[in-house]
Amino acid sequence: MFTIFGVPSGALFGQLLIGLINGSFYALLSLGLAVIFGMLNIINFAHGAQYMLGALTAYMLLQFAGLGYWPSLIIAPLVVGALGIVIERCFLQWLHNLDHLYGLLLTFGLALIIEGVSRHYFGTAGLPYTLPDSLQGGRNLGFMFLPNYRAWVIVASLTVCLVTWFLIERTRIGAYLRAATENPTLVRAFGINVPRMITLTYGFGVALAAFAGVMAAPIYNVSPNMGSELIIVVFAVVVIGGMGSILGAIVTGFALGIVEGLTKVFFPEASNTVIFVIMAIVLLVRPAGLFGRRA
Amino acid sequence: MERVIDPMAEQRSAWRQQSETIAFVIMAAALVVAPFVTYPLFVMQALCFALFACAFNLLIGYVGLLSFGHALYFGWASYVSAYAAKAWGLTPELAILAGTLTAAVCGAIAGSLAIRRQGIYFAMITLALAQMMYFVAVRAKFTGGEDGIQSVPRGHLFGLIELRDQWAMYVVVAAIFLGSFLFIYRIIHSPFGEVLKAIRENETRAISLGYKTDRYKLMAFVLSATLAGVAGSTKAIVVGIASLTDVNWPMSGEVVLMSLVGGLGTIFGPVVGSFVIVTMQYKFAFLGEWVLVIQGVIFVACVLLFRRGLVGELAHWLRIKL
Repeated sequence: MFTIFGVPSGALFGQLLIGLINGSFYALLSLGLAVIFGMLNIINFAHGAQYMLGALTAYMLLQFAGLGYWPSLIIAPLVVGALGIVIERCFLQWLHNLDHLYGLLLTFGLALIIEGVSRHYFGTAGLPYTLPDSLQGGRNLGFMFLPNYRAWVIVASLTVCLVTWFLIERTRIGAYLRAATENPTLVRAFGINVPRMITLTYGFGVALAAFAGVMAAPIYNVSPNMGSELIIVVFAVVVIGGMGSILGAIVTGFALGIVEGLTKVFFPEASNTVIFVIMAIVLLVRPAGLFGRRA
Repeated sequence: MERVIDPMAEQRSAWRQQSETIAFVIMAAALVVAPFVTYPLFVMQALCFALFACAFNLLIGYVGLLSFGHALYFGWASYVSAYAAKAWGLTPELAILAGTLTAAVCGAIAGSLAIRRQGIYFAMITLALAQMMYFVAVRAKFTGGEDGIQSVPRGHLFGLIELRDQWAMYVVVAAIFLGSFLFIYRIIHSPFGEVLKAIRENETRAISLGYKTDRYKLMAFVLSATLAGVAGSTKAIVVGIASLTDVNWPMSGEVVLMSLVGGLGTIFGPVVGSFVIVTMQYKFAFLGEWVLVIQGVIFVACVLLFRRGLVGELAHWLRIKL
C-alpha cells in the first residue's frame, strides 16, 4: 500500500471504482434521456421510475419465476420497454403539438404512479438481490481488489453505450432517426413511418433505463425509491453535458461519476452536492453545456 | 404555455369586467366563514400552501417558466423562520421576515443561474439546485437532520398579541395571505407584469422591442421565491415544525400539481387547487401510498384532458377573467 496526497491508494482506487460504477449508470440514463429528447422533445421524468422498474422486474423474475440474473438482463428491459411503448401510445403521442413542459409534467405524474404502486406492494425498505455465481468473487490487481461483478458492470455499460452510439451515428436506421429529429415532416414525406419510429425510440430509451436498473440491482438494494433521487442527479448531468450529442452524454456521465468518487475521498461532505456545484459552474462559464449547441 | 384568457374581451358585460373583484370578495368572505365550518388549523395550513402555489404560478403562469424546485424557497424559509423563532427567540413577524429574506437570497442566486437556459433545461436546473440545497439541509447542524426543528413557539406578534390563541393566529395568517395575494395581483396588472406576459408569449420579440428580458425574468423569479418564502415561514410558525419534507422534491411537485389543478395562469386557480389537494391529502391519508398514485393520476388527467384547470375551465365557460 502507498499513499497519494495522504490518502491510502486502496481507498482511492476503491472510490474511483465506485465512481466509475455510478458513472456508468449516469451515462446509461442520460444517454436514454438524450435519445428520447431528440425524438420526442420530451424530458422523460419517468426515467428514474423505469430504471427502478427494471430492477424490480429482475427481483420479481428471481422470486416468482426463478429466473436468474442473465435471463433478467434480457427480459426485464424488454418488459419495461414494452411498457414504455404502451405509455407512448396511450399518453405521450397526444402531446406532440403542445408546449414541451407538458411532457415533463405528464411523465412526472407517471413516475408518481409507478413509484406509488411499487411502494405499496414492496415497501420502502431495500430488497436484496443475490449475485449470479458466475460473477461472484474478484481478483487482486496488485494495487486494489476488483470484484468481478463491478468490472462486468463497467464493461457492459460501456459496451451498451458504444453500441447505441454506433447504432445512431453510423447505421442507416440511425440516419433516419437523426433526420427525423431534424425535420420529421420531410422524413415522413420520404415514406418513413415517423410516428412508429418515435414509439420505438421511446421504448428503446426506456429499455436502456431498465437495463441500467437490472445491473444496479445486485449493487444497491432494490427499492421503489432508488430511481427518484438518481434521476435528479442525471438531470444535472444532462444539463452539464447538453443533450445535443450522444457521445457527449456518455463521456459526461462517466466523467462525473469519477469526479463524484474522488470527492468522496478528498472531501466527503460534498460528495452529494459536487455534481450540482459543477452544474452551477458550467452554467456560469458555458451556459449551453459542455457538448451542447446553442438553441 | 397555452393562453387561457378569452380574446373576446370587449364583448363582456359590466359584471363580467368586474369578475376578478367579485371573485376576490367571494374568496375573502369564504375566509371569514371557513374557520367556523372546518378546523382553523387546517384552513391555515391550506392558506400557506395556497400562497405557495400563487407564488409558483407567478412564474409559470405569467412568465412561462416552469420551476421544479420551489421547495427550496419554501423549505429553507421554513427552516430559518423556525430556527429564528425557537433558538433566537425572535417574535413571529421577525422570524417570518428572516425566513422570507433567506428565500429571496436563495431565489436571487438560483434564479440568476437558471435563467441562463430556457424551457425544459430551466426546469431541470431549478430541480437540481433544489436537490443540492436539500442535501445541504440534511447535512447542516441547525436543521436537525431527520428530526427537523420541532415544537417551534408561536410567540407574541409584535411582542404583544399571543398567537397560541387559534383565532389570533388565524387572523394573522389570513391577513398575510390576502396581503400577498393582492401584491401578486398588483404585480400581474402592472406595466412590469405586462412585460412578463410579453416574454411568456414571445421572448425574442420582447427582446427586439428593447426589453432586457433576463432582468425581468430574474426579478420575477426573485419575487416568486420571496413569496414562496413568506408561505414557508408562516407555515413553520403555524404548524410549529420545519422538516425535510418541506425542502424535498415531492414538495416541488406538489406545488406544481396544485397550480395545475386550479389552472395555470389564472389568479384564483392556485388557491382553489391547493385547497383541493390539501383536502385530498387530508381525507385520503388512510390510503397510504395510494395518495401518491392518485396525485400521479391527477397529473396525467390534467395534462391530457383539462389543461386549463378547474378555475381556467370555469373562466373559459363563463367567458370571464379569473
